[in-house]
Amino acid sequence: MLEVQHIFKTYEGELLLNDISFSIAEGETICLLGASGSGKSTLLRIIAGLEDPSSGRILFNDIDLASTPPHLRDFGLVFQDYALFPHLDVNANVAFGLKMRRVGQDEISQRVAASLELVNLTGFGKRKVINLSGGEQQRVALARAIATRPRLLMFDEPLGALDRALREDLLNELRRILHQTEVPAIYVTHDQEEAFKIADHVLILHDGSIIRAGTPADVWANPQSAYAAEFLGLGNVMDGEVAAKYGVQTAHGNFTVKCSHKHSNGDKVHLLARPFEMRNETNVISGVVTDMIFQQDRYKVVFDNGFFVYLNHAPKIGKKISVHVKVECLA
Amino acid sequence: MKRLFLLAILLLAACSPKTPPTASAEPQTITVMTHDSFAVSEDLVRSFEETNNAKIVFLPGGDAGAVLNKAVLTKDAPLADVLFGVDNTFLSRALEAEIFASYASPELNNIPDPFQLDPSNYALPVDYGDVCINYDKAFFAEAGLSVPQSLEDLTRAEYANLLVVENPATSSTGLAFLMATIAHFGDDYLDYWRALKANGVVVVDGWETAYYTSFSGSSGRGSQPMVVSYGTSPAAEVIFAETPLDTSPTASILGPGTCFRQIEFVGILKKTQNRALAEKFVDFMLSKQFQEDMPMQMFVYPVNSNAALPAEFVKYAQTSDQPATLAPDVIAAKRDRWIQEWTDVVMK
Amino acid sequence: MDHSLNCEDTETRRLLGFSVPSWLSRLFLWLLPLSFLAIFFFLPLSKILALTFNLKALTIENLRITYDALRFTFYQAILSTLLTLLLGLPSAYLFARFDFRGKSMLRALTAVPFMLPTVVVAASFNSLLGQRGLLSTFLHLSPFQFIGTFTAILLAHIFYNTTIIIRIVGNALSSLDPKLEQTARSLGADSFHVWWNVILPILRPSIFAASLLVFLFDFTSFGVILLLGGSQFFTLEVEIYLRVLKLPDYSLAALLSVTQLVCTILVSALYTQVVTRTSTQTAPRSETSNLRKPKTLRERIFVASFIFILSSFFLLPLASLPVHSLFRLEADRGQRGEVQYGFTTDYYTELFINRRGSVFYVPPIKAILNSLMYASATVLISLLLGFPAAFALAKPTRLEKVLDPLIMLPLGSSAVMLGLGLIISYGRWLTLPLLVPFAHTLVALPFVVRTLQSAIASIPQRLRQAASSLGASPLEVWKNIDFPILRRATLAAATFAFTVSLGEFGATLLIARPEYPTIPVAIERFLSQPGGLNYGQAMAMAAILMLLTTASILLIEKFRLPNAGEF
Repeated sequence: MLEVQHIFKTYEGELLLNDISFSIAEGETICLLGASGSGKSTLLRIIAGLEDPSSGRILFNDIDLASTPPHLRDFGLVFQDYALFPHLDVNANVAFGLKMRRVGQDEISQRVAASLELVNLTGFGKRKVINLSGGEQQRVALARAIATRPRLLMFDEPLGALDRALREDLLNELRRILHQTEVPAIYVTHDQEEAFKIADHVLILHDGSIIRAGTPADVWANPQSAYAAEFLGLGNVMDGEVAAKYGVQTAHGNFTVKCSHKHSNGDKVHLLARPFEMRNETNVISGVVTDMIFQQDRYKVVFDNGFFVYLNHAPKIGKKISVHVKVECLA
Repeated sequence: MKRLFLLAILLLAACSPKTPPTASAEPQTITVMTHDSFAVSEDLVRSFEETNNAKIVFLPGGDAGAVLNKAVLTKDAPLADVLFGVDNTFLSRALEAEIFASYASPELNNIPDPFQLDPSNYALPVDYGDVCINYDKAFFAEAGLSVPQSLEDLTRAEYANLLVVENPATSSTGLAFLMATIAHFGDDYLDYWRALKANGVVVVDGWETAYYTSFSGSSGRGSQPMVVSYGTSPAAEVIFAETPLDTSPTASILGPGTCFRQIEFVGILKKTQNRALAEKFVDFMLSKQFQEDMPMQMFVYPVNSNAALPAEFVKYAQTSDQPATLAPDVIAAKRDRWIQEWTDVVMK
Repeated sequence: MDHSLNCEDTETRRLLGFSVPSWLSRLFLWLLPLSFLAIFFFLPLSKILALTFNLKALTIENLRITYDALRFTFYQAILSTLLTLLLGLPSAYLFARFDFRGKSMLRALTAVPFMLPTVVVAASFNSLLGQRGLLSTFLHLSPFQFIGTFTAILLAHIFYNTTIIIRIVGNALSSLDPKLEQTARSLGADSFHVWWNVILPILRPSIFAASLLVFLFDFTSFGVILLLGGSQFFTLEVEIYLRVLKLPDYSLAALLSVTQLVCTILVSALYTQVVTRTSTQTAPRSETSNLRKPKTLRERIFVASFIFILSSFFLLPLASLPVHSLFRLEADRGQRGEVQYGFTTDYYTELFINRRGSVFYVPPIKAILNSLMYASATVLISLLLGFPAAFALAKPTRLEKVLDPLIMLPLGSSAVMLGLGLIISYGRWLTLPLLVPFAHTLVALPFVVRTLQSAIASIPQRLRQAASSLGASPLEVWKNIDFPILRRATLAAATFAFTVSLGEFGATLLIARPEYPTIPVAIERFLSQPGGLNYGQAMAMAAILMLLTTASILLIEKFRLPNAGEF
């Protein structure tokens, strides 16, 4: 459906987006994951038509959107800070897009009610938007975006301003709504948990480039780069030097790894030590326990060298321990 | 910051106009309220101050009408000791309001009788000047037009759309010209104005607009080659020329009855606490010294017959031999009616 | 309602830093501004009205005069205000949203007319459009009869007041979240609907506030009507001026003044009714986040065409002043013919010479310093009085609904009558130079209050609560939260006060200011006598005033630079 082809964007001499290409299939949710400044919001605005790319094309159903202004693209947009129209009440906010499309009054009330029901806000119609809680405001924003039945929904850090519990709830609801409506969606976030939960496909953006794309499981299993591994919090990343055929030397000891590509001695590589105890692994990470965080079924144990592992039992703080873990070779 | 405000109020209170009894060492302050066009040489002011151990404060308070109004409103607690700038069109109003104290200055002996419109000497004449139509010499030369010589000429077709006048309701120059037409045409003056209107006379609010925006002979590069201004304006054009000039680019139409003579008066305000000094100041204004300074400062003629005219005046300034005049009491009685009638005929 | 009243108490308490009954804290906020208005406005005005008002003035004839003047006053003021909005709103959008070269300069230029004497404005329009003006000389366009037309009045009102819209609405617009627009677009709104359904409704309070100020300025317009209208148009203010100074009839003047006053109160009260509680709390964002270069073709066309319109409307007439002050555009005097051009600095050097030894000679440097001094004092005083009033008005209780229109009254009442009132109330004190900035403040205060008020109202209460929960004292909250957020509004308010003072508004209220003449005074003196040199010097002084204004505004705007990402 949506196809993004070789998008470049420079602004005042700075390269903001560097050859971005991807596509979204019907009913699919794509997640643009990246730190702030990675270019994900710029990309979103370009797709929405609010900004022009320096080069590249955006196609929807094989039609180039270059000459389609934002208001004719029929893409819904939800922002982190809701961007509700403060002068309108809930009903009028949700009805806004329908009015713009000259939908009849009866149908408007019907669809507004349906949308509010979908986001569990039935009965909120006459409320002033400034008097709503953050979560309620975001639901209104969501209802407003889906009321027009857009061809594509775009979310820019939609849960960023909400507290954790609310975030969980709303994320689940969002999943449900996206499945129910089968609208393709682009979801921008910097939170990997959120991304993995909601996305069919994850694109990791770094400095304007896509450094990893794939299903959440793929990306989790093989982050491919030190940056992605670290950004996703997949484990402990180390710099190392190839010393023997399967041996890599690091500041934290020598590890036996099987890199998927050929290395010669002295090559610099990155290693990822997954934070799970695997008794049949040969590689060991060790350190003095400085902190321990209870996490329901396990403990997150932090070492003095910054490494962490998840253990089922609670070691004593100050004790030096060694843990067998799986170590992978990153490109 | 609130203290600052209080301070300001205290300061206000401290500066309240309670002049202490005359102390010989302290210079006494005399306040002179004038219209905005008043001007005088600094040297003269300083010498008066030194001779009389005085300090002069000038209060320019708007045009002649505004100044008179302020004086009338504050009659009982006057803002100044001396008021200068009442002209013959306002004279009767000033006298009726009884704001002045009578003072027979010895200098009056040097002033010809025709200027002394107030025989009781409440208001003493200081200067005079003629309000005349100025014309743009180059325009008439270029267009091959002869310069109109009388008020009647102005209604002729060849002078259509060439004259700008000031509204007598808002401008003293405009009022003076209206009075010239009344002096000349008597009760038929409105017919004359109807004819002028039909001939495309342009009316503006005041002299500055007329002269600098509408008149083609000034630096403002306007559209009308004739303007109601002063007989001295051509001299001013030479004196204030950007490059030295031998002849003025403008001249006045001086035909009989085309100019109206304005006489300006000074008076001592009745409730002054400074009577002696005020008298000295009036004497000073009528003295030869001041009268000779006046022409180049205010572009008016001295009333003191002993005063010599500056060379530029002799050469470039013109006065009418037969200026129009109206008696102050006639003006006082009919002034408002004339303005109203004029407005109804010309502006509506 | 209850909720807001509660808010109210904590609000003032927070300001004061200690707990007091709410009516007392309110009173504290109002103490300074109300005392000022009582001393400089209500007392003198009621004194003069009490002295002059007379029921005998209620004759058919007088009522007819009043009715005619009233009708024309409303007609021209409403028309002028609408036209000013027509130019001002897109211009406000241009300045609030787009970044382009020469922007600060252009914005400063739009404020320059605000302080030019009407005579100078008339002269500059005439030297552009008149029969021998620049356009007909160089472009051979047919001359335009400017003076004495209704068009001239409307044009001049637009010329003078567009800056009010640009500043007040532009200020609100630049703190409007651009995401609202983007969302509206994504929901299918085209440019028109984005404006009509989103931007305009949200900006309604500031648009109304700016329109009210423009309306009151046009409503009491005097110099423009008289001078550019060729004295054939009669507004209430013109009639009052005539009845006070030219065709004395004080009781009719009083009737006209009361009529004018009542209208001002009604219009201001209507405004208060309409606007109260429509202001919305949207956390202001840094201005830079809203700025961008024009990107799409439409944006480029919009920006280019408005830069062109504004430049030609403001720059061309204004430029004729410095041009006239530096070039002789004259044929040799006395010989008409081809215009000769000559560069000259004579007019400027002449400014420094007291050729006639006049006691009224104004050295230009002194005039500049005096102008700057008065302007700075006006800024200080009007901010001092404006801040507490704006704080009170930002969260209006019933008290404020009454007081709100009062703040606007000085703008909408007759300067001539008030001047007379001041004279009979304070007499000679009015010659004190100290009073000049107070007179200017009377005009500046409504601008300052309106500008600050909407900005204060838009600060979400939770920001302050957050700060005080972090241990900030009330003063620190003000210093660290309110003031940084209000900085832009404060600067806008300061610019208004500054320009009002430079333009000598309110000067007519005083008897005279002989000791410290300012630039406009010097200009008027030059223009009161004939002669090319006088005219040239007046233009030179006007050019200096222009330069000074532009430079001051640019300087004031510099202060707002380092605030990106602060909110």
